[in-house]
Parts: sequence; C-alpha cells; structure tokens
Amino acid sequence: MAPDRIVGIDLGTTNSLVAFMQGESPVVIPGEDGVNLVPSVVALDERDQIIVGNAARKYLIETPERAVYSIKRLMGRGLEDIQDELKLFPFQLADDLQTGEVLRISLGKKTFTPPEISAFILRQLKRNAERFFNAPVTKAVITVPAYFNDAQRQATKDAGRIAGLEVLRLVNEPTAASLAYGLDKKQNGIVAVYDLGGGTFDVSILKLHDGIFEVVATNGDTHLGGDDIDNLLIKIAIDDILGDANLDVSRNSEVVATIRKAVIEAKIALSSESATELDIELPQGKRYQREITREQFEQLIQPIIDRTVGPCKQALKDAGLKPQQIDEVVLVGGSTRIPKVRALVEELFQRRPHTDLNPDEVVALGAAVQANILGGGSEATENMLLLDVTPLSLGIEVAGGVTDKIILRNSTVPASATQYYTTQVDGQANVAIHVLQGEREMAKDCRSLARFDLKGIPPMTAGMARIEVKFLIDANGILHVSAREQRSGKESEIEVQPSYGLTDDQVESMILDSFDYAEEDFRQRQVIEARNEAETILAALDKGKKSPAWGKLTGDEKKKIAKLEKSVIQVKAEDDYQAIRKAIDALNEGTMRLAELMMDTAVSTALKGKRMDETDMGEGSETGHPVARADFE
Amino acid sequence: MPVDYFTFFALPRKLNVNVAVLEREFYELSRKLHPDVYAQAESQEQAWSLEQSSLLNDAYRTLKDPIKRTEYLLRLEGVELEEQSKAATEKARAAGEIKKQVVPPDLLEEVFELNMQLEELRAQKKLGEDDPALIEEIGKQKLELEEKYEALSEELKRYWKEWDALSDDSSEEGRRQVRDRMVDLLNRRSYIRNLVRDVSEVLEG
Repeated sequence: MAPDRIVGIDLGTTNSLVAFMQGESPVVIPGEDGVNLVPSVVALDERDQIIVGNAARKYLIETPERAVYSIKRLMGRGLEDIQDELKLFPFQLADDLQTGEVLRISLGKKTFTPPEISAFILRQLKRNAERFFNAPVTKAVITVPAYFNDAQRQATKDAGRIAGLEVLRLVNEPTAASLAYGLDKKQNGIVAVYDLGGGTFDVSILKLHDGIFEVVATNGDTHLGGDDIDNLLIKIAIDDILGDANLDVSRNSEVVATIRKAVIEAKIALSSESATELDIELPQGKRYQREITREQFEQLIQPIIDRTVGPCKQALKDAGLKPQQIDEVVLVGGSTRIPKVRALVEELFQRRPHTDLNPDEVVALGAAVQANILGGGSEATENMLLLDVTPLSLGIEVAGGVTDKIILRNSTVPASATQYYTTQVDGQANVAIHVLQGEREMAKDCRSLARFDLKGIPPMTAGMARIEVKFLIDANGILHVSAREQRSGKESEIEVQPSYGLTDDQVESMILDSFDYAEEDFRQRQVIEARNEAETILAALDKGKKSPAWGKLTGDEKKKIAKLEKSVIQVKAEDDYQAIRKAIDALNEGTMRLAELMMDTAVSTALKGKRMDETDMGEGSETGHPVARADFE
Repeated sequence: MPVDYFTFFALPRKLNVNVAVLEREFYELSRKLHPDVYAQAESQEQAWSLEQSSLLNDAYRTLKDPIKRTEYLLRLEGVELEEQSKAATEKARAAGEIKKQVVPPDLLEEVFELNMQLEELRAQKKLGEDDPALIEEIGKQKLELEEKYEALSEELKRYWKEWDALSDDSSEEGRRQVRDRMVDLLNRRSYIRNLVRDVSEVLEG
C-alpha cells in the first residue's frame, strides 16, 4: 500500500500551485487543463456552483459581484485593518457584517469568510492532485508569507481543514524557495531570498550548511506586491479616461475589471518590450488608447518597489551581515520578472540575482520538498532540515499600555517564554492577558493577537497566587499558551478569544457546510474508485487469458469478451463513473464461464454448483471473481 | 525548574564558550529533536519534541550571545538582573513615571553636561534654530560613548577569564566579587546604551 502522499501547496495571492516530490526532484501537478498555475480566483456561477481558477476569471469581468480575487489579502484580518484594501480592491463585504465579526465576502447572494474562499482554492488543488495520483490526498504542507502574523497563519490552517486537508506544516515562502534552490545547488553559504508576489513582500536571509537551512533574519511587508503596481496603473487609466473622455468609470465594476486585465497584460509585456499599448473599450462606444514606454512604467513604479529596500536593510542588520557577505540572491514571485526590480535587487545586494528557478513555481516546489521531509524523507532530502524563525516579536500588554516583549523577532522556532502572574484582588478567579505581535513600544501600535483569560484560579489572598504562563510558538509560527497555578498545581483553563480568527466551532461548522460544495469531490472519488476496479478486473482477465481454461472457450465467447474488454478500457479513460461501473458489470457477466472453468481446473469439486459470488474467496463480492484476487499490488 | 541551558549542552558553567562548537552541537541536536522529524509520530512524541526543541532553541540563543550568556549565568547564580530592572520599570510605568536610572559614578560629570546639551538642543529644535556647532559637539560625545560601550565588551571578557578560573572550592567571597563586577559592568553598559539611544532620538528628531 503506497504511503500517504503529502503534497506541497503554494496558496498565493495571484496564483496557486500544488506539487510533490517525484523521485529526486519536486514537480508541479497540473490541472485538468494541463496548466500548472491555478489563478486564485473564485466565482459563483449561474447555478450557484463554485468555480475556481482559469474558468473563474471570466466572471471577474462579466459578473464581478459573483467573483473574488486576491482573497489572501483578507486572511486573518479584521474590518478596521482592511479599510485601505477596500478602497483599492473590489471586495464586497456582506451587507449584514457587524463590527468585531469575522469578515465575510459576498459572491452573488451567498457570503463566505476568507478561509472558506481559500478552502475552495485548496480543494481545487487537492482534486488536481487526486486526479493525478488516482488516489486520495489528505495531507499537505502549505506556504505562507514569512511576515504573516499569528492570525493570518491560523486562518490559513483553518482553510486547509475546511478543504479536508490535514496541514502538517505551514512553511514560510522564502524558506520554501530556499529549499528548492538548496536541493538544486547543494552548496553551503548565505542566501538571501527576495520574494515579491502579488500581495506580499518577504525577504529572508538563510545560512545553508550541510543540509541545514537556518533562517537568520526575515522581514517584509504584507501589503506590498504586484497588486499595488496594478492598482496604480488602473488609477492612472481611470484618471486619464475622466480627463480625456469625461467619463467616470471608477464605479463601473465591469469596466474597471477590463482595465485591470489590460494593465496586467501591459505590465507583463513591458518586461520584455520597451513599449506597449493600452487599448480598452469603454461605454458609450468610446475607446481608451495610450502608449506606455518601459521608462514611464519604471518611473511610476519606483516608489512602490523602493518600499522593499527598508525591509531588506533591516533584515541584513538583524542578521549582522553586510551585502557583500551574501553568497547568493534568489528571486521569487512573478513581480521579480520586472527588469527594474532585478536592477534594484542587484544594487541592494551587490550581485546578480539567481534567476534559474521559475519564480512562479519555486515556492510550490520547495513546499513539496518539505512535504517529502515530513513524510520521512528520501535519498534526495535525507540530510535536510529547516530551522525557521518567528518574524515578529511577541509581547504582553502591561501597565501603561506598553508592550513587554517576551519572544523577540527572528527567534528560531519552536521558541518559548515563561511569565509569572499574580492576582490583584482577594479571591480573584480570573487573570486577563492581552498578547500582541509587533516591534512598537505601545500596545496600541502592535497587532492584537488574542486575549487569554486564565480561569479557575483557586481562591487566595491577593498577590498569593503564582501563575506560570508558558508561551510557545510552534514550528508553524503559531502561538500556544498553557498556564498553571503553582501553589495549587492546578492547570488553568485558558479561554482564547482570537482577535481576528475563527473559533474551533466555527471551523467545524464550515467543514460541514463545505460538503455542499463537495459534489465535485464526491463525483471524482467515485470516478477514481471505479477506475481502480476496472483496472483490477482487466488485470484479472489478462491472467485468465494465460490460463488453460481460456482454450476451453468457444470462438464466439472469446470475441464477446474481447468486445466487453474494449468497452471497459474505453470508458475507463473518461469521466463517467456510472458508465465505467456498467462496463465492469457487463465484463463480469461475460467472463462468468471463464471463471467457472478456471475454478474447475484449480479447486476441488466440492465447490462446484455454487454461484461464484457465494464462494468465500476472501475479499467478498467486491472483487466477485476468484480470478480477481490476482496478486498485483 | 527545567534543566539549565549549560547542562542541556553538556557544558560547564563557564563564560568562555567556543561558539563554533556550540553551533555544531546545536545543528546535531536539532536533527534529533526538531518537530519535522516527528511529523508522523504519536502525539506524545510530538509534544515531547516540541518542548525539547523549544528548550534547545532558547538555550542556543542565550548561550550564543556573550551578553545574554553572562546575564543568564548571573541569573543562575541568584542575581535577578533583568527581573529587578523589569519590576522597577513596571512599577514606574504603573505610577506614570519614568524609571530613575542610577548613573554610573564615573560618568556623572559627562552625563550631567550631555543632558544639559540635549536640553538646549531640544529647545533650539522647538524654535527651529538648531545650532550646528552644538549638534557637532553632541555628535562627538555620542561617538565617545559608543567607544566606551565597545570597550566594555573587552572588559567583560576579562571578568569571564576570572570567573572561569574560579574552581569549585573558591571562596564565596571570591565568586561574589567577580559576580558583582559583572553586574556592575552590565548595568553600566545598559545605561550607556539607553543614553546613546536618547541622544540619537534628539539628534534625529
């Protein structure tokens, strides 16, 4: 029995991919359409069915209120955080959204939380993998931006669960990329990974040493990516159109979507051409045409890409390194194809960046390597180990609204810290702890992670209780808290109120809801099972043809069997599991006499006279024929 | 109290540590303890690995850095350096005050003069009339302080030698003396660092 296949998944802002380790190298698993990249676009079609990927893109333009893109921007975030996002992206929040509630987006008349939408994308990738392996896939490694905070990571894990995947590890994107690079190069040294994706920017500095990938420092910006370049160009186009054609298209979501598609194509063209043209059809029979040169483009985007400089310099500083000490720079993310970005990286790190690896696929490939390591490893990965860090300092809010940092940024994970608390009032039964992430002094400037209530403290005089609280950041970068009152030895019950996340109950209920959309999953599972059965019976038939019993059949019987066999082979290649089953049954019937003959020559006469499916041959009626128990595995 | 960091790395409680050897040991232990190695194991083993590897990482982080290592050893010796400071800071914050820092005696005059200059510069900046000569003077002081700060690291290494030379049957008095000198040095270092930070703030403000 083949061991559980663990896949590596890059759940990107713009595109998502699934990959696995095939022998010595990782390989991306394509979709049904043969394409490796699955656009992170989700739409609700006319029949309220969920569509994901390339097929969903047309909905962005035709019925934008039924589609959503770049959902990663909303993962693990609350209403207050996304005000900027709302100005720049056509996210449609649910009408009945209350403050303090988890975000919900509407697609048509239905609403979904960001993890649920991400789960639709994950499910599509899961299906692609299952189709490829012709076997179920239930375990995965999923990548996240290194600079993602606790809530964003938790949301990604929740998405995995809702999609029916056990997420064995969340891996930071730059670290995953370095795995793909390291597997390829097998060299020791210091590597910087510059990852500019659709929505997030990460820079990580790693030490590669005999298969150990040790992250030394990481930094980034979770609101910086190719999307920002697109939005800038869109804004210019809209302003132009207002000026030239006196038309305000900013509220026309279909036109804006069309403009977006056009500027993205232009942006990509300018990576290889020195000029390109925007040509967009407008309402009222008008047209917007404009030439853009690469020079103009570069001038426009300079302020955006300059924002990557600060995090790079900080990461170098935290690592205690000068640019000259970096041996290699690896580029990740589609936006690093822009020549100006490459030039900036070359200047920052004083060397030509490494561009051999496909920047769109390298993260997924690295995730596949990690998946392989977690699955027990193989010859290629046997010496490899990832040592990653937490990107943000973890702090507690103390008197005066100040943050007291207890685990510093760039600490290798797992990492822990222990704090002691006591009660202020006689008989106090609860202690409230407010946990934050961030580098600022004041709690209000940091990210609220969660509020923990330590409950059930045994009644004592004020100040007598000594509660030991252990904060542990695990290998996924997610926080766990445990508490114990030391005098009584009692484990404190901890109630967690995640600031921006889903409770376990909410996730459970979403998993149940998601079965409504699992029709496609169910159907595919049926197809896989039917195909497997078809293969079983075909193999058994092959064996039967080699047995002496075959010679005892008449010419007509052989012809009939051949026809039925052909039928099974034909439908097996298609998608209709009911047709496959029908063909299998027909072949079963058609080879009954062959089976009987084989039985006669092999087994004692005591079994004669019984129908084949009454015979206990071990596996029961599923395999039906005794010949079906052939020893192939 | 869990095993102390020195014991975890099978090291004696000495302050001079071969960091290259420590790193090698860290990598070796990581290969044995890291959660990735236990990804398919029973939940009990996974919990054990999580605890052990966080201890490993905490220990390595502390012992790798000279100052953290010193502070940690002092804490093991019963000197609650950081705690004292933290408790005082919290008390002050709760009262809405700034914690009073004890000025190292040998810096008294310097600090007094520097504070006056900073006051003057702050007042000037408010009126938008920064005096470049004053800024230069303060800049020079800052450089001197930074040099003093660097020199402290060298001084600390001498105390390490003294500490490491103490054997088990050295007198309690002897240990206390070396300990106190290290505490004093760390306090001085901390003070200078904060002062340099304050100066930078005013200069850049």
